[in-house]
Amino acid sequence: MTESIGIVTPQTLHIDQPLALVSGALLPQYDLRFETYGELNAQRNNAILICHALSGDHHVAGYHEGDDKPGWWNDYIGPGKPIDTNHFFVVCSNNLGSCRGSTGPTSINPETGKVYGADFPIVTCRDWVQSQNQLRQHLAIEQWAAVVGGSMGGMQVMQWAIDYPERLRHGIVIAAALKLSAQNIAFNEVARRAIMSDPEFHEGQFIEAGTTPKGGLALARMLGHLTYLSDDMMGAKFGRELRADKLKYSFDVEFQVESYLRYQGEKFATKQNFDANTYLLMTKALDYFDPASEFGNDLSAAFAKTQAKFLVVSFTSDWRFSPARSREIVRALLDNDIDVCYAEVESEHGHDAFLLPNTHYEGIFRAYMRRVEQECAQA
Amino acid sequence: MSQTITPEFQLIADWIAPHSQVLDLGCGDGTLLSYLAENRHVRGYGMEIDPQKNIQAMLKGINVIQSNLNSEDLTNYFDPHSFDYVVMTQALQVVSRPDLLLDRMLSIGKESIITFPNFGHWKMRAQLVLKGRMPETDTLPYHWYDTPNIHLCTFNDFEALCEEKGIEVVARTVVNSEHQTSLGMRLWPNLLGEVALYKVKKRN
Repeated sequence: MTESIGIVTPQTLHIDQPLALVSGALLPQYDLRFETYGELNAQRNNAILICHALSGDHHVAGYHEGDDKPGWWNDYIGPGKPIDTNHFFVVCSNNLGSCRGSTGPTSINPETGKVYGADFPIVTCRDWVQSQNQLRQHLAIEQWAAVVGGSMGGMQVMQWAIDYPERLRHGIVIAAALKLSAQNIAFNEVARRAIMSDPEFHEGQFIEAGTTPKGGLALARMLGHLTYLSDDMMGAKFGRELRADKLKYSFDVEFQVESYLRYQGEKFATKQNFDANTYLLMTKALDYFDPASEFGNDLSAAFAKTQAKFLVVSFTSDWRFSPARSREIVRALLDNDIDVCYAEVESEHGHDAFLLPNTHYEGIFRAYMRRVEQECAQA
Repeated sequence: MSQTITPEFQLIADWIAPHSQVLDLGCGDGTLLSYLAENRHVRGYGMEIDPQKNIQAMLKGINVIQSNLNSEDLTNYFDPHSFDYVVMTQALQVVSRPDLLLDRMLSIGKESIITFPNFGHWKMRAQLVLKGRMPETDTLPYHWYDTPNIHLCTFNDFEALCEEKGIEVVARTVVNSEHQTSLGMRLWPNLLGEVALYKVKKRN
């Protein structure tokens, strides 16, 4: 891979119009934090929207001043990378309800002057897409060249194609599903119970109470993290390796894998300072995602108005959103005679594979983006 | 963008009506579909198991679906009669159940175009009879132990299967390894033909 985009700076769009949410609630006004990379061309037709996953944010590529770690998809976005910032104008916004700069549970509720906390309304994929459409209008972009996302981000891509069919030419859906399975929802529910049963949760008003449910959030992350990895990969990385040279026969950390998971949970809840209410909201949005439910549970009918062409990608060892789930997406698109490419990438990294370097994945991504790029030039 | 294609693909293209819908099973790098799109204005999809070929096909602008024809059921992707033609070149002999695949091809497509090497060609027969060894030829250059061709058949075998299944042979072209035909091949196809192109459909 080639160099990074360099130092990047987030921007904020304040929207004064109220946003009517799917739940029936109204968000009177809101901020969207976003970043852009590359240049919008004269025809304004080379803009790519990136949608982030559960714990992701608007910082996709490049470095923030003073940071030593780049954005979460730096391997795939930048000069000379599959999403080449020499050709594309890349936009990524932080989802509403997040804790990374867009309005969410850690923001001040203008009606009360206090932190929203648990009072922040439940948001869904549709709400996110609706708010991203405001950002599109603000940037004066008629149509995205492509909307791209992995996992929960992939769900937003599909929602875009359903809700705003004329606003995107391509959808790239990576390691996603048309809806969560009972098992997926169950994992989310255990994560939520872990957070909500932490004594520091205070019915969600923990910021008011001057504390955070760190323990519960760390547990939720440990569980989530497990579902992102594959059995084979964990076996290869940790096996039954011990932390000390012999067993202690105690409840202390004995195996390396325990230590690793605890570290991941701890880092998420403290160093990364993720908000517990945000975690609850994001998992709920995932649970509710089911676009076909508005079309009589007919997956194909959901895409009837879709105009975009699609690339769908899955990873062989992903058991959270397995290749079979991606094939359901492909089937629903094919039913509507939509142009679609599908790749099933060999990887041992489970669901996390969509974030990691992989030659086949990169090749597919690059080849497809070349097509998107050629169309921009021809227009 | 003009491109050179193999004589076999040219023969297939001659059988494809303009503006039709085509599915190419084992589409490789997408050469055939890309040629058909340009010269016959067809719309279609390709299926291919090999990751590198998937990338090459994608670069040609083909709608390519990475798929294993042995483990995945085509009817999970496509409704009956989704295509005018389902094409499969030089792949019938490598799949695990050619007979079942043929059924599925003719369920999702109105017609199928299939090409495969003839195991009944005199060179094959001669090597088996005279040397007592499994044949190795230009069209089938493998050893018995490393060949991907696990279901080789003769033209007569294929036609017998079609008969059994109520499949009609709409057209057949028999050629040598250079994709030329001759009077002899027309008279004794199963003995002198090396490669056959069949266009088949379900008998009503």
